[in-house]
Amino acid sequence: MKTNSNIERLLEQGAFVVTSECGPPRGADPEVVRKKGNLLKGVVDAVNVTDNQTSVVRMSSLSSCIILKELGFDPIWQMVCRDRNRIAIQSDILGAAALGINNILCLSGDHQSFGDNPKAKNVYDIDSIQLISTVKQLRDEGKFLGGEEVKGKPALFIGAAENPFADPFEIRAIRLGKKVNAGCEFIQTQCIYNVEKFAKWMEMVRERGIHERCAILAGVTPLKSAGMARYMKTSVPGMDVPDSLIDRIKGVPKEMQAEEGIKICVEMIQQLKEIPGVRGVHIMAIEWEEKVPEIAKAAGLLPRPQAQA
Amino acid sequence: MIVGNRKPLEEILQLVKPYKKILLLGCRECITVCAAGGEREVGVLASELKLSRAKDGGEIEVKEHTLERQCDYEYVDQIKPFVDDYEVVVSMACGAGIQYVAEKYPHKIVLPAINTTFLGVTLEQGLWAERCQGCGECILHLTGGVCPVARCAKSLFNGPCGGSADGKCEVNKDTDCAWQLIINRLKELGQLENYEQIIPAKDWSTARDGGPRTRVREDLRLT
Repeated sequence: MKTNSNIERLLEQGAFVVTSECGPPRGADPEVVRKKGNLLKGVVDAVNVTDNQTSVVRMSSLSSCIILKELGFDPIWQMVCRDRNRIAIQSDILGAAALGINNILCLSGDHQSFGDNPKAKNVYDIDSIQLISTVKQLRDEGKFLGGEEVKGKPALFIGAAENPFADPFEIRAIRLGKKVNAGCEFIQTQCIYNVEKFAKWMEMVRERGIHERCAILAGVTPLKSAGMARYMKTSVPGMDVPDSLIDRIKGVPKEMQAEEGIKICVEMIQQLKEIPGVRGVHIMAIEWEEKVPEIAKAAGLLPRPQAQA
Repeated sequence: MIVGNRKPLEEILQLVKPYKKILLLGCRECITVCAAGGEREVGVLASELKLSRAKDGGEIEVKEHTLERQCDYEYVDQIKPFVDDYEVVVSMACGAGIQYVAEKYPHKIVLPAINTTFLGVTLEQGLWAERCQGCGECILHLTGGVCPVARCAKSLFNGPCGGSADGKCEVNKDTDCAWQLIINRLKELGQLENYEQIIPAKDWSTARDGGPRTRVREDLRLT
């Protein structure tokens, strides 16, 4: 064990881990974070806290992480490269570790043109793979990027995201390999709707032996309606939603579509669990956190083993 | 070449509003090639200014003049004999040219008529695209001749990000994903092993981040 991370511990014990996510509010009210957190209590092993996702200004990821930590969660602190240079990044890493954060998820970040400040200047001093190397270097070598010694190394379990469906498909596993070589220890994937294509990606991952060096957590997002399914397919970059799935949701009456979406999500988790190399599931119920317990229960993921939360 | 766009007429009219005698200064270099501030565009803008002023019942004298280059002292010096006959200079050069004219004639107001946009190429007649950001440390040998600094919206050195779809960038469906281009090219060249290497954090001190840059060739200097 390199860290005090709950998911690092569970993965080492061979458990199938469950994570979910909590998007910070667009305001300074900590109650919103607590409310969302309470919906996930006892259901997940760790909870991701997004960092100004889709480039919309929100309460800072680290602050929200601390609020959740006070509730007993083991937060996964998301950090994007869009808004900070290497000075701020290294400084925040030290600060997060000092506050007892055990996990970091290293991301490039959505381009600012998607958000509410499209006139902003982006930073991208380093990219997500270089961020992974940075955390690893601070933690394992105890050296800053500038070469000086770190006094008090930040013990963070290092994660990253990967989209198995983005193009070009043939290099996705190679790119994941680069992340693992940089020091990534767990991966949460983009939401999976096309299990067949994901299985093919996992095959490429296994061929390279990447799954043995890095825990792959399969991402799922329940669909609320046929409309949402279509939106995911057409408007979210790098998302692969098969027509058969859209047809299935469309096939049930509107008031039953949410229920059908949950059912699909549960079936999907069960299929994903069977794919060799999948070590857990990351349930992203976007503004639908209250459904996570139901999904986890139906998928046979409860109770959680000795979870901290 | 340096590519730029002429500012909208409304904006230029606003800039020159207080003035009656204008020296409208074009440039025969890049800005001519990208059809933004050469002799022809100087002529067009001069007519527009005169027409517009006449419509408002005002007077204006516009002297049209196009220099070989506005970024070189030997050409900028050529307007010395007559620059003071005008209240202002409206420069149709790139940002470098505009500044150099201002620098050489410190007592003169120099107004920009061009928005300088990028270092790029002519893709076809009437279409230009960005290719370089002058970061001061070229890595095109690693990336199949496609620059991730200038051509990836996030300047990723180990791309592509998750937003690359069908070869296009998530930011704009008309823009190629630079990393798709890099991978295509590496594959074609049999250099895909380059892609497996992690490119470490860049030294940005050679770019704008290190402060304004100069280049010296001691052997060429006269003093």
